[in-house]
Amino acid sequence: MQILSKEQNVSKAIIESGNVAAAMAVQLARAEVIAAYPITPQTPVTEKLSELITAGKMDAEYVAVESEHSAMAVCIGAASAGVRAFTATSSNGLLYMSEQLHWAAGARLPIVMCVVNRGIGAPWSVWNDHQDAISQRDAGWIQVFAKDHQEIIDMTLKAFRLAEQVHIPVMVNYDGYYLSHTYMPFEPPDAARVDAFLPAYKYKHALSPERPESLNTVTLPDARLDAHGIKRGGYMDIRHNLHEEMGMAIEVWEEIDRDFQEAFGRGGAPVLDPYHCDDADVVIVAMGSMANQFRVVVDRLRQDDGIRAGVLALQMYRPFPGAMLAGALQSAKHVMVYEKGLSYGSQGALYGDIKSALYPYPTRPQLHNFIVGLGGREIPTESLYQTTKTACGQDRRLPPAQSDAPQWIGLQL
Amino acid sequence: MPDPRFKILTSASTSGPGDAGRTGSWRVERPVIDMSSCIPAKTGKHACHLCWLLCPDNVVSKDLEPAIDLEYCKGCGICAQECPVKAIEMVPDADFIEGAERE
Repeated sequence: MQILSKEQNVSKAIIESGNVAAAMAVQLARAEVIAAYPITPQTPVTEKLSELITAGKMDAEYVAVESEHSAMAVCIGAASAGVRAFTATSSNGLLYMSEQLHWAAGARLPIVMCVVNRGIGAPWSVWNDHQDAISQRDAGWIQVFAKDHQEIIDMTLKAFRLAEQVHIPVMVNYDGYYLSHTYMPFEPPDAARVDAFLPAYKYKHALSPERPESLNTVTLPDARLDAHGIKRGGYMDIRHNLHEEMGMAIEVWEEIDRDFQEAFGRGGAPVLDPYHCDDADVVIVAMGSMANQFRVVVDRLRQDDGIRAGVLALQMYRPFPGAMLAGALQSAKHVMVYEKGLSYGSQGALYGDIKSALYPYPTRPQLHNFIVGLGGREIPTESLYQTTKTACGQDRRLPPAQSDAPQWIGLQL
Repeated sequence: MPDPRFKILTSASTSGPGDAGRTGSWRVERPVIDMSSCIPAKTGKHACHLCWLLCPDNVVSKDLEPAIDLEYCKGCGICAQECPVKAIEMVPDADFIEGAERE
C-alpha cells in the first residue's frame, strides 16, 4: 500500500506504534464504551484509550473489567443499548471471551474488537502467531487482517461501518510485536471526514424503558407467531440468516472501501490485495504482515531466478472469499499457502479453506502448505525465499498424502 | 446504520402471551380457582388480584372471576402459593385427560 500520495501533505503523517494507530481509530470513530482487560501485546491499546478518555480527548466510558469474558459482556450490553462499543485482546484473552463471542454474533451486535495476534498457551508465549484468531474462526465474527499501521487505523474505522451496516461483529487482526509495537509512518484520517464516513450508530432493538423488549431469550426449534401475530424465526432460521448475511458482507466491505477511498484516497484492495499476481505462475497466499514481507521474496524470485511469482494478501478471512480466491488462483501453476495457525491433527486452516474453495473449479493448481512463525519463531526472509524456490521445482507427481501435508519451516529440533 | 438489504434476524420479543411459544405444553399441574373463596369473585369487587399481579406469564385475567389462559400457563404454581385465601389449587393435568370430571 502506498502510504502517501503526491497530492497529500507529507506533514499529515505521524510515526507511531500499531497499537496507537488502533487506539486513534477508536477515538476517531467516537466509540462510547470501551471495556477491556490488558494482555500482552494488546495492553498499549487499552492504555492509550484510557489516557485519551481521562484527558477528556474522548467522550467515552472506560469500563475496567476483571476478565475478557466480562469485557465482551460489557460490550454486548452497550451495543444492545444502542451504544458504539469497542474492546481489544490477544491470545488466551480472546479464548476467555469465546462464549461471549458466539453470543455477540448470534445477537447480531456490531461490536468491533482488535485482536493483537499472539500464540496460545500452553506453553505460555507472548509472541506472534495467528492461532488465537484461527481458533475463533467459526464464532460468527467477521475477521479481517491488517498488514501495516496504515491498514490498522483505516481497517478499524471501516470495521465500525461494516459492523453497523450488516450487524455482525468484526475482529480486526494485526500481528503482535511485528505491528503492535513497531513504529511506522501512517496518516490518521481527518476527523471531520470520519464523521461523514461513519454516521452515528442506531439500533432498532436498542434497549429502552419506553419500549421494553426481551432479547435472545430461549428460542424454540420452530418458527412461531409472536404476541403481535408476526412470524418469527426459530433458532435455525436466525442462524441461517447469520450465515447468509455474513456472505453478503463481502460486497458491503467492498462498497465501504470504495467510499473510504473516495474520502481519504487510500484503499482499493479490501478483500484480496495482490502484488505481481497478474502473470504469476506461483502465487503465495498469506495473511497479515507476512504478506508484505513476501513482496521482497517475490521481487527476488522474479529478478534473480526468472520465476513469475506474486503474493496475494488475504485481507478478509471470515466471511471466506472462496469464489474470489478460486478466481484469482485459476491461472497459477503453484499456490503456496504460508500460515501462522493450523487445525491440529489436520493441516493449515487457511490451506484447507483454499483447497476447498478450489475444488468446484476446473483448474486446480498444485498446492503447498507451510507453517511458519508459531510463537514468534523468527521468519527469515531468506528462508521464505528458499522454501518457495524449492517448492517451485517440486514434482506434481509426489504421493498425494506427501504433497498435501504441511511443511514446518524453521524447526530447530 | 443497518443496510436495508439485510434482514438481521434476531430473537427479540415484546411482553405478551406467546412470545416464548405455546408454553402451556410445559405444564404438569394447572391452577384451579375456587370462586366461592376467591376475593373478587366472592365480593363482586375488584380487590386482591394478586394472582393477576404475580403471574410471571401474564396469563391470569383481571376479571371478577379470574380466568387462566391454559394455552400459555406453565403451571408454576406461584398464584396458588400467593393466594391469601388459598382459593387456588394445583391439580395434575393428567386428571383432565380423557373426559376427566373436574373441569
